[in-house]
Amino acid sequence: MKQRLDEIKLSNAQIAWRAAQDLRDGAYVNLGIGFPEMIATFQPEGREVIYHTENGILGFGPSPREGEEDWDLINAGKKAVTLNSGASFFHHADSFAMVRGGHLDLAVLGAYQVAQNGDLANWSTGKGGVPAVGGAMDLVHGAKKVVVVTDHVTKNGDPKLVSECTLPLTGVGCINRIYTSLAVVDIEAQGFVLREKLDAISVDELQALTGAQLHLDGDINLLDAPKL
Amino acid sequence: MNKSIDSISDAVAKIEDGSTVMIGGFGGSGAPIELIHALIDAGPKNLTVINNNAGNGHVGLAAMIEQEMVSKLICSFPRSADPRAFTDRYLAGKIELELVPQGTLAERIRAGGAGIPAFYTPTGFGTELAEGKPQKEFDGKPYIEERCLKADYALIKAEQGDGFGNLTYRMAARNFNPLMAMAAETTIVQVNQLVPVGQIDPERIVTPGIFVDCVVEIQNPQQEEDLNRADVRYPEVTT
Repeated sequence: MKQRLDEIKLSNAQIAWRAAQDLRDGAYVNLGIGFPEMIATFQPEGREVIYHTENGILGFGPSPREGEEDWDLINAGKKAVTLNSGASFFHHADSFAMVRGGHLDLAVLGAYQVAQNGDLANWSTGKGGVPAVGGAMDLVHGAKKVVVVTDHVTKNGDPKLVSECTLPLTGVGCINRIYTSLAVVDIEAQGFVLREKLDAISVDELQALTGAQLHLDGDINLLDAPKL
Repeated sequence: MNKSIDSISDAVAKIEDGSTVMIGGFGGSGAPIELIHALIDAGPKNLTVINNNAGNGHVGLAAMIEQEMVSKLICSFPRSADPRAFTDRYLAGKIELELVPQGTLAERIRAGGAGIPAFYTPTGFGTELAEGKPQKEFDGKPYIEERCLKADYALIKAEQGDGFGNLTYRMAARNFNPLMAMAAETTIVQVNQLVPVGQIDPERIVTPGIFVDCVVEIQNPQQEEDLNRADVRYPEVTT
């Protein structure tokens, strides 16, 4: 099963591509550090999206060429960025007012586990070491939509979509949608609702890889992404 | 009124053992490296430091930690490309960590400067960072109580400043700096450029001088990223 999964599953770039298809024109969006940042690469043409970074920029663009970095112009991952036309700067309290105050349209995060009630665990493996939370606990509150991009299962094959998170929580009941390597799943009152799946996997197989009931509600659309 | 002084060592000379010190910046962006290094030269110990991070490499805040000046750190993200200065001491139990979500850290500092002793936020509710904090429902939603943060001193960095302490910032180097300027008993600023009073357009001033006590000009300041790429250590090891 694992070998077959590795053959059919979407790559991180393809998951990012799929999530990017839902970016709305004119949206204010925060992309989490790492994997979620890749979504900006696949922003559909003809749509204008304003990206927010916690350290005080709205409207930043891609990284500059090497040697052209300005270290006062970085994103939350401390990577050098550029400015798009219409960008603005602000201090940290205003930045998180945009987050908590419900002004962002979308926040995209990575996940260790997402529970069927929308709880998210993505900041600590609970194994000791140096704990670090950054802005994750803030970002899950206030954006109009909070979504996750993730592999459907862990490297060991354990479900990442679970009935209850066993790892330390980032937020309670905060996630609306999950884009995985196998499916697109919404979180609604009844729990996980399957919206899209790869053609190569059956609903039963998908259920076996998911730690809680996958509810079916209307059509299940085809999850398809170009080779990237 | 003239809040500007020439000597960076004089600027930090009064910071005594046991002080609480806010240090501006997000990583190296907006970090007052020269003020931090002057504080290392002065050498007060047992400091509580409030910063978003825990230093990177062997300069700035990381160097302060290496010099055993910091007994407690209040921050949101004590990791970096090279976090060894903090990590080694934390794992050895030599430095205390209060981990605060980034937006809560910013708001606690803002509240400290604004005379608000505590506030309610959804951030952290239901997580281990909410343990021991009072909770309350507003309009059917749960929130946790967070206390404000104040400091004896703030060390911050700005772009332009004048003798009244009016400040502007450079791009994303603004970050925590204007908030910390408001929340400290004494705010010490390094500015890239000191200009005569009246020369900064009032419309452009981000931090009004009322929040500032001392301004020192550091032209062409060093940047943490450049120092780390050059593998610089502070203080330089002389053999």
